[in-house]
Amino acid sequence: MSKVETTERLKPPAASPPAASPAAPLYANRTKVYPRQVSGPVRRAKWAVLILCLGLYYTVPLIRWDRGPNLPDQAVLVDMTSARLFFFWIEIWPQEVYYLTGLLVLAAIGLFAATSLFGRVWCGFACPQTVWTDLFMWVERRIQGDRNARMRLDQHPWTREWLVKKAATHAAWLGIAMATGGAWIMYFNDALEMTPRFFTGGASPEVYFFFWMFTATTYLLAGWAREQVCTYMCPWPRFQAAMLDENSLVVTYRGWRGEPRGKAKADGVGDCVDCRACVNVCPTGIDIRDGQQLECIGCGLCIDACDDVMGRLGRERGLIAFETLANLARSEAAAKPLRPGPGRHACGMAARTPPRFLRPRTFVYAGVLGAVVAVMLGAWLLRDTLDLAVIRERAPLYVRLSDGAVRNAYALKLVNKTHEAERFALVLDGPRGLALLVQDAATDAEGRPLLATRPDGITQWRALVTAPAGLRLAESSPVTFRLVDPRTGRAVESTASVFLGPKP
Amino acid sequence: MPTKVEKDHLTGTDTTGHEWDGLRELNTPLPKWWLYVFYATIAFSAVWMIVYPSLPIWGVRGTSGWVAREALAPQLEAQRARQEPMLARIRALTPAQVAADPELRAFALAGGRIAFANNCAACHGAGGQGAVGGFPSLADDEWIWGGSFDAIQHTIRHGIRNAEDDDARTSQMPAYAAMLTPAQIGDVAEYVLSLSNRGTDAAAAGRGRETFNEQCAACHAPNGHGVPEQGGPNLADQIWLYGGDKASVMRQVANPRMGVMPAWAGRLDPATITMLAVFVHALGGGEQ
Repeated sequence: MSKVETTERLKPPAASPPAASPAAPLYANRTKVYPRQVSGPVRRAKWAVLILCLGLYYTVPLIRWDRGPNLPDQAVLVDMTSARLFFFWIEIWPQEVYYLTGLLVLAAIGLFAATSLFGRVWCGFACPQTVWTDLFMWVERRIQGDRNARMRLDQHPWTREWLVKKAATHAAWLGIAMATGGAWIMYFNDALEMTPRFFTGGASPEVYFFFWMFTATTYLLAGWAREQVCTYMCPWPRFQAAMLDENSLVVTYRGWRGEPRGKAKADGVGDCVDCRACVNVCPTGIDIRDGQQLECIGCGLCIDACDDVMGRLGRERGLIAFETLANLARSEAAAKPLRPGPGRHACGMAARTPPRFLRPRTFVYAGVLGAVVAVMLGAWLLRDTLDLAVIRERAPLYVRLSDGAVRNAYALKLVNKTHEAERFALVLDGPRGLALLVQDAATDAEGRPLLATRPDGITQWRALVTAPAGLRLAESSPVTFRLVDPRTGRAVESTASVFLGPKP
Repeated sequence: MPTKVEKDHLTGTDTTGHEWDGLRELNTPLPKWWLYVFYATIAFSAVWMIVYPSLPIWGVRGTSGWVAREALAPQLEAQRARQEPMLARIRALTPAQVAADPELRAFALAGGRIAFANNCAACHGAGGQGAVGGFPSLADDEWIWGGSFDAIQHTIRHGIRNAEDDDARTSQMPAYAAMLTPAQIGDVAEYVLSLSNRGTDAAAAGRGRETFNEQCAACHAPNGHGVPEQGGPNLADQIWLYGGDKASVMRQVANPRMGVMPAWAGRLDPATITMLAVFVHALGGGEQ
C-alpha cells in the first residue's frame, strides 16, 4: 500500500467523544454501481475468457460420443437414473466419486497457486459470477447506453423510455438466465432427447425445478446482486489474503508516481489527474487508489481506463498496473525524495525488480498440485474394471452342521465395469479341506463354481464354505477368493476374507 | 452486550459497538434488502408452522391437512400394485416351482428376506441361526419337522404345538422325572451323548441303552437318528436345541421343554409364506 495515501487516509483520532457521534446504521441502502464502458488489453482478455467459458458451458452438452448400443451418446453426462458419470471415454461409478473429489482438490490448490502468483485472477476473469455479470452488463449497456445515459435514465423512472428500456433489459437478462438453466439440465439429461420433451412439458418435475432454480439464480445474482455477491456473500475474498504475499501480482495504484493528485497542467503534482476514470469503470464501485481492499475483484479494468487517460495526456502508462507490493515499496522508497515529474517516474521504475514467481509458497503449491495429480493419475491407471467384493455373513458367525462340520456364508458382489458379460471360475485359497459351494452357480469340468458377470453391472452370489468335521482350524483362518479366467487359467481378481469357527 | 460505538483510527470507520473478549467489529453496513430477506424467512417459517404439522401438539395437523403417513400410503399402494403380478404367479405355484424359476426365485428370496426379518427373526435370529433354549437354527442341516420345500411351507402355515391350528405340528415328550429314577436318567443321558461320541462313561451308556430302547426309540428311532414325521429330533448329531452337556440332556429327559410356533396361514399372505419357504430353504440346509 502506498505510504503517501496511507498517511492521507490516516485521520487523527476523533476530537469529539465517541458517545456523541450517532451510531452508524448496521444496514444501509445499496449504492447502485454504473460501470462505464472501457477498452484495452485487459478488457479484451476478459472478453476472450468470457467467450471461452460461456461457449463451453452452453455447447458441451451438445457434443456427441458414440459408446455403442444402450448407452448414452452424450460426451459429458451425469446420468442420475443409472448412476453413471460419463466424460468422453471415461465412465465413473458412484463409488468412484473420489475422482471428483480429486478434481475439486486440484481446483482448490490450483486456485491457491494462481492467487499466490497473480492475485485474484479467478475472481476478476473466470468466476461464473464475474462472467455472467459481465455479460449482463454488456446487455444493459447495449440497451440503456453507457454510464451517464443509465444514470440519467434512472433519475426519471416511470417514463415511457425508462419502461421500454428496462423491460427490454430484463427480458434479455431472463432470456440468458433461461439459457443458463436450460444448459444446466442438459448435463444431467441427454440434450437431444430432453429438448423436445422439455418444451412439450413431458420432462420430470425435477428437471423443471432445476431449470427454474438456475434461471432464477442467474437472473438475480448477475442482474441484481452483482458486486454484492463478492462483497457480502462470497467467503473467498475473506481468506484470499492468506494466499497473497508481497510478491504476488495484484492490481495496484502506483501512489509514489500519482500523488499528489492535481490538474494535468498544474505544477508540482503527480501523474494522477483525479479524473476518476478508474472509479467509473470499476464493476464493484471502489477506488483502487485507496489501496488493497476486500471489494477489489482484481479484474484490472481500471488499468485499461487509466492507461487510456495517460496515453491521451502523453504520459507513461502503468499508473495503475498489475504490480507486486514488494516492487511498490521499492519504487516508493526510491522516488520519495524526488519532486514529481519524469525523473521521479524513471527513478521509481528503475528500482523495480522482476517479480519472483519461484518462491517457497509457490513451490509448496506446485508440490501439492503435483502430488495430487500423481495420485489421481495412478488411481486412474490402476483402476480395476472387475471387482469382487466379499461380505462375510455375520448372523450367524458360523453354522454347526449335524455331522459337526462348520460352515460360513459369504455374499459375493461381482462388479463389472466393462460392457461385456463374462464368466469366471471361483477358487478358494485357504486351509486345505475347505469345501466351496456357490448357490445357484453352474460348475465347470473341474467342479469350480462359474460366476457370470453382467455388462456394466453387478451380479450377486451367496457362497457357502464348509470345514468338514475333524478339520482342526483356528478360530479365524484367512481365506482368499480368486476369480480365474477359464480360458487363460489366470487369476484376474482376488479378495481376502476370513473363515470363522468355534474356539479350538 | 456493551454498545460503545467507537471510531476505528486506521480506517476511519465506526465499530458496531459489539465486543467479544476485546475483539471489536467494524461496521460495514449490509444492504437493507439483506435484512428484509431475513425478516421474510421468519415470516415464511411462521406461515409454514401454520400450514404444515410442525407444532408438537397431538392432533394438530396444520391447515393443509398434510400428514407424512398419508402421503406415504398411496406410494405403498403403488408399490404393492407393482408387485402384485409377481405375487400372483408365486401364489399359484409351490415353493419348489418358485425356486426352479430364476426370476421368481430372486423375487422370492428378496421378499422372503424382508418377511423373515419382520416375522421370524425375533425367535430364529436375523440370519436364521436360532438360539439355544428351544429356538431351532434354520441355517443348519437338521430339521425337526423336515427340510423339504413342502415340509417347511407346512410348518410355517400351521405352526407347532399351538392351539389355533388343527394341522399344527404336534409332538409330546413325557416328563421322565416321574417314570425313571435319577440314576436311570443319568444313564440314558450318557447313552444319548455316546451316540455323538460325547459320552464319557461307557458303562453308564451301556445301562442307558436298554432304557433308551424301551422308552425313547419309538420317537427318536432305535439309532437315535430321529423321526421327522413325528417330530422326534435327531439325538445322534452335533446339534443340541437345549444344550449338549450331560446336565442339560438330563434336565431335558426329566422335564422336557418343547417350543411352540404360531400358525402363519391366517396372518400372512399365501405368497409371502411361499416366499418365506423359499428363503428358509436357501439359508443353507434345504433338503429336496
